[in-house]
Amino acid sequence: MPAIVTENLSRRFGDEVAVDGVDLKVETGEIYGFLGPNGAGKTTTVRMLCTLLTPSGGRATVGGLDVVTAADEVRLRIGVALQEASLDEKQTGREILDLQGRLYGMRGSALTARIDAVLEFVEIGDAIDRRVGTYSGGMKRRVDLASSLLHEPEVLFLDEPTTGLDPVSRAAVWEEVRRLNDDLDVTIFLTTQYLEEADALADRVGIIDAGRIVAEGTPEELKRAVGNDVIVVNIDQIDDDLISAVSTLDGVTDVSAGGAELVVSAIDGASVVNDLVVTMNGMGLRANALTLRTPTLDDVFLNATGHRIVSGAEREPQR
Amino acid sequence: MSLATSSGAVADLITVARRALRSLLREPEALVPALVVPMFFYAVNIGALQDVAESFGARFGDPDFDFKAFQLPVAIIFAVTGVSRASVVVTDIQSGYLDKLLVTPVRRASLLLGMMVADFALVFGLSLLVSIVGFLVGVRFESGPLGLLAFLLMSSAWGLAFTGFPYTIALRTGNPAAVNSSFIIFFPFAFLTSSFLPAEALTSWLRAISTWNPVTYLLAGLRSLITEGWVAEDLLKAMAAIVVIGAITFTLAFTSLNSRVSTG
Repeated sequence: MPAIVTENLSRRFGDEVAVDGVDLKVETGEIYGFLGPNGAGKTTTVRMLCTLLTPSGGRATVGGLDVVTAADEVRLRIGVALQEASLDEKQTGREILDLQGRLYGMRGSALTARIDAVLEFVEIGDAIDRRVGTYSGGMKRRVDLASSLLHEPEVLFLDEPTTGLDPVSRAAVWEEVRRLNDDLDVTIFLTTQYLEEADALADRVGIIDAGRIVAEGTPEELKRAVGNDVIVVNIDQIDDDLISAVSTLDGVTDVSAGGAELVVSAIDGASVVNDLVVTMNGMGLRANALTLRTPTLDDVFLNATGHRIVSGAEREPQR
Repeated sequence: MSLATSSGAVADLITVARRALRSLLREPEALVPALVVPMFFYAVNIGALQDVAESFGARFGDPDFDFKAFQLPVAIIFAVTGVSRASVVVTDIQSGYLDKLLVTPVRRASLLLGMMVADFALVFGLSLLVSIVGFLVGVRFESGPLGLLAFLLMSSAWGLAFTGFPYTIALRTGNPAAVNSSFIIFFPFAFLTSSFLPAEALTSWLRAISTWNPVTYLLAGLRSLITEGWVAEDLLKAMAAIVVIGAITFTLAFTSLNSRVSTG
């Protein structure tokens, strides 16, 4: 049975459509990366799956349970680490975990043992007995993650788990996510605006833009769809004539433009570069820079949407 | 397989209340205004009005009129009214911690009731402290120790009943400034009544208004425990005032909670 299924899932805020007919299927034990820029609909989708928001249309199930009609049962099966690791700063980390465990019906020695187990997992040390207000952003993230794991959820939602973290803390969270999936076999639904994060962690990636899924597959499948190689040309003037001319070159599989960049997908990039430069020269155009590389998820995103992902703070409509 | 089970409404309430009480004990400075303001007014009112009020009592056939006893319930009402954990609710909303709680199986009503349990403990403590000051200046209870207990419970019940207002504002607005301003609601309750002088001494328009003010009956009930003993009519009216205000404010607060946690 799939861990998460959505069918035509939609959410409106007044006249604004935040999520527009999203169909997803996440298999049990999978890490699913939900990738998109600010305001794409990632957080709104997660909030619907976590029972914090009712869909305006369509349906969603988590663990086979409907998120609207069986919301209480869904809450027993999921763990959630929302954006920005929101914790009560006047409590100690251990008190936060104790409270969280009790709300999930855990008590006594069983709860103490689980707290010790998750603390071993997130490696926060003696700081767990200090008040959360004294923690760094990375420590808050780890306590937040620990609290979402206490009851051994079947599905874990991580909403932008590394946004705002320094590179070291980010690497630590990645390592924890991998261990969670490998050691505990938890299904993980991870939203991110970082391409490298989705690439590094996810078994499959869904790319969302303007509330719609624009591409889905394993990172390799998605990149392969763009081409074996990518040539990125920085050029002052990109018009339809240039795109048409480049598209007809031998070995070119796709051409897209975003800003001042012409992105040329090719089976063998090295064999196309010469013809590409000659074509541009023939049109009186001169490249400012030219790069040949293997495709990234950013290329996939550009290919699917016509624009690149710009990282930054998520600003989706919130209730 | 998840280890989670539904913990039950009472267990949820205790869990939330424990958190609220812990945070309360960690910010004792927040209690300073709730203690200093009523003590200040108690001292100033006695200093300014005791002689006038007691001579007024003698003129109207009550030579034993004790202004310190008369003012003690006022000091207590000033101490306990509007004291709540509503600011914590606002912080939880703004920080997103409320959402973290809402994705657990916690009963939604427990999130508010747990806070109110802590509020009740707090206002009981405040009532006790102000009462001790009353004892120190010579106030004694005609109704005895049980009367003192009833006095403390009624004062605390009033404090609890009034918390519905700040919680409503906190849940509706999520705005700390709005919550901090909610004490303004208390002004008409506190001053359009027999706070400073007996009802007979009020001007006719204020006396007329005071008959519609539940604090008038609350003060009368509390004062009766000090100066007269167990007067059923006064106590029943005081309890009715508490129940009416509690019914209104709790309805507002829990409606606001439902609205805040609604997923629609």
